[in-house]
Amino acid sequence: MDFLSQIVNGLGIGSIYALVALGYSMVYGIVQLINFAHGDIIMVGAYVTYLILVVGGAPLWAAVVASILFCALAGVLIERLAYRRLLSQNAPRISLLITAIGVSIFLENLFQLLFTSSAKSMPNLFPGPPVSLGGLQVGRVTAITLVTSITLMLLLQLLVSRSKIGKAMRATSEDTGAAKLMGISTEMVVAFTFAVGSGLAAVGAVLYCGAYPLINPYMGNLLGLKAFVAAVLGGIGSIPGAMFGGFLIGVAESLTKAAGGSQITDAVVFGILILVLLCRPSGLFGSNVREKV
Amino acid sequence: MKNKQRMLAAALAMVMAAMPLAGCSKGGGGADTIKIGGLAPLTGNVSVYGIATNNGAQLAVEAANAKGGVLGKKIQYVYYDEKGDATEAVNAYNKLVQNDEVVGLVGDVTSVPCIAVAQESAKDGLPMITATGTASSITTAGENVFRACFTDPYQGQVMSEYSAKKLGAKTAAILYNMADDYSSGVAEAFEKESKAAGITVVEKQAYQNNDVDFKSQLQTIKGKNPDILFLPVYYQDVALISVQAKQLGIKATLMGVDGWDGVLEKIDKSNVSAVDGAYFCSQYSAESEDPAVQQFIKDYKAKYKAEPNMFAVLGYDAMNIMLESIKNAGSTDSEKVVDAMKGIKFKGLTGDITFDKDRNPVKSAAITTIHDGSYKFVEYFKK
Repeated sequence: MDFLSQIVNGLGIGSIYALVALGYSMVYGIVQLINFAHGDIIMVGAYVTYLILVVGGAPLWAAVVASILFCALAGVLIERLAYRRLLSQNAPRISLLITAIGVSIFLENLFQLLFTSSAKSMPNLFPGPPVSLGGLQVGRVTAITLVTSITLMLLLQLLVSRSKIGKAMRATSEDTGAAKLMGISTEMVVAFTFAVGSGLAAVGAVLYCGAYPLINPYMGNLLGLKAFVAAVLGGIGSIPGAMFGGFLIGVAESLTKAAGGSQITDAVVFGILILVLLCRPSGLFGSNVREKV
Repeated sequence: MKNKQRMLAAALAMVMAAMPLAGCSKGGGGADTIKIGGLAPLTGNVSVYGIATNNGAQLAVEAANAKGGVLGKKIQYVYYDEKGDATEAVNAYNKLVQNDEVVGLVGDVTSVPCIAVAQESAKDGLPMITATGTASSITTAGENVFRACFTDPYQGQVMSEYSAKKLGAKTAAILYNMADDYSSGVAEAFEKESKAAGITVVEKQAYQNNDVDFKSQLQTIKGKNPDILFLPVYYQDVALISVQAKQLGIKATLMGVDGWDGVLEKIDKSNVSAVDGAYFCSQYSAESEDPAVQQFIKDYKAKYKAEPNMFAVLGYDAMNIMLESIKNAGSTDSEKVVDAMKGIKFKGLTGDITFDKDRNPVKSAAITTIHDGSYKFVEYFKK
């Protein structure tokens, strides 16, 4: 029973990693850019939620909606200001990477200026007793996190596979040039991808604050890094991969800590990444695309 | 030519002969003031602690001078900013001893510069009392070095005894930060003392700096169902741990030490039930009904326009211990003051203080509980 609880807890934190990893995967799939600023979008989402909820006194659903909208907007803005020019001019990938890191540092310092580096406390977002699942007691926050994340991931999968914009996304990621020739506005698709990825990160931020009610300008760092590892583990560019990677990392962390290895938790997580990449360089669900010269 | 050389040589010889005499003067300064030296980090990243401690010491000097000073002389407080650096601290110390000729030192604030200065002061035998340095090696540097705050291990012992004697606890679990010496030290002391106090430590879990998720460790602890959950960690981690413990349905009483101070500022009102009924010990409690404490808080707020914290109070007490030792010794002679301090029975804002053989204070800890989202002073408790 205890072991099962540890796994459920691991899935809980893993689902947050998964939500954030989706953003990384989608953006990489479309423009082959590892958006290092993505982790800081979570931080932005958390602070917006804080502002609306605590400073503004609005109800939770209003704060969540505002957070999603603001983050989506922020994601699109970042793409427009920082990346678009480099993308359209086919700049070397390294320039994009450096820009992404620059955006990340900019966001962190901006929020430190605005809110100071002291952690701010969030209120109890999901009050209520633990949920019982047939003898297994699951914390209410963990339950809500799991349900929300899985629902959103399924919705995203539906969006990508069934809708028109999803088709456009898949086309753009396969071959941008051909997609343009087919009449797809690739710029819109890219903007849309950033928006969706950032919106998901905003939900991830709210769920994160539900479990860990302290926010500071640097919270996106470690979370973003772990989510990035999850995305790579699952195969960057693959949506089911990102989900699976997130859960795997979460459970691995939880079980390592439960076994008394708090000191080596990060080592274990990154060790798994190294092992997987050694055996399958493109990640668990990634497709090994060979470049035909 | 030869004459000139001879005169030069004679002059040099006289100057050289006079040098040792210049360094010979024992402290005391002017005939009508007693100079006490101070060292604190007034700038740098621990300046918050330094400024508060220094303010407290200054307030004590002013209060003493208002009552006519000590041994009929006014106190002059000479202090330097050591910027949180050990080398600066030693340089400043040398200045205090050689230039300002102080008779005693109230400082330093943080442990590392403290240790460096203590080793220097041991060579001079200058009475030195640190208000806030908690590392054990500070007072072992010399017979002249004293400490006004209790050491970290002492806090662990106090909470263990308190749990057993006052709360009737039989089992305890510990969750501590293994990357932090303070946390590990207190946890170890708690564990050792629990054996003597009759408490069984059923689970000891650890985490790392910057961890935010403690569910795995808490789940394991929950399985053992302890009476007490001891959290010798800083207030920010307490905010996170307590909320998660509540989410998991842990019923144990939460206990902590002085790092808990300020925890309510990091927990939102809606989550504050997570720490309801917890106990933590501290060097003093602002809610104590002791009129001296309340007066100090009022005076401090009036002069410095800020709330005093534990550091300010300790600075105040440390300076007063120094002044009272000088009074009891009846002179400013270093050896006499040190002896007087060793045998002192002092009543301060942080409780009744005497010193043990290592010149660490034997005093009560202020036990505070949290009820309905605010701190409530419970009592003073001595191990």
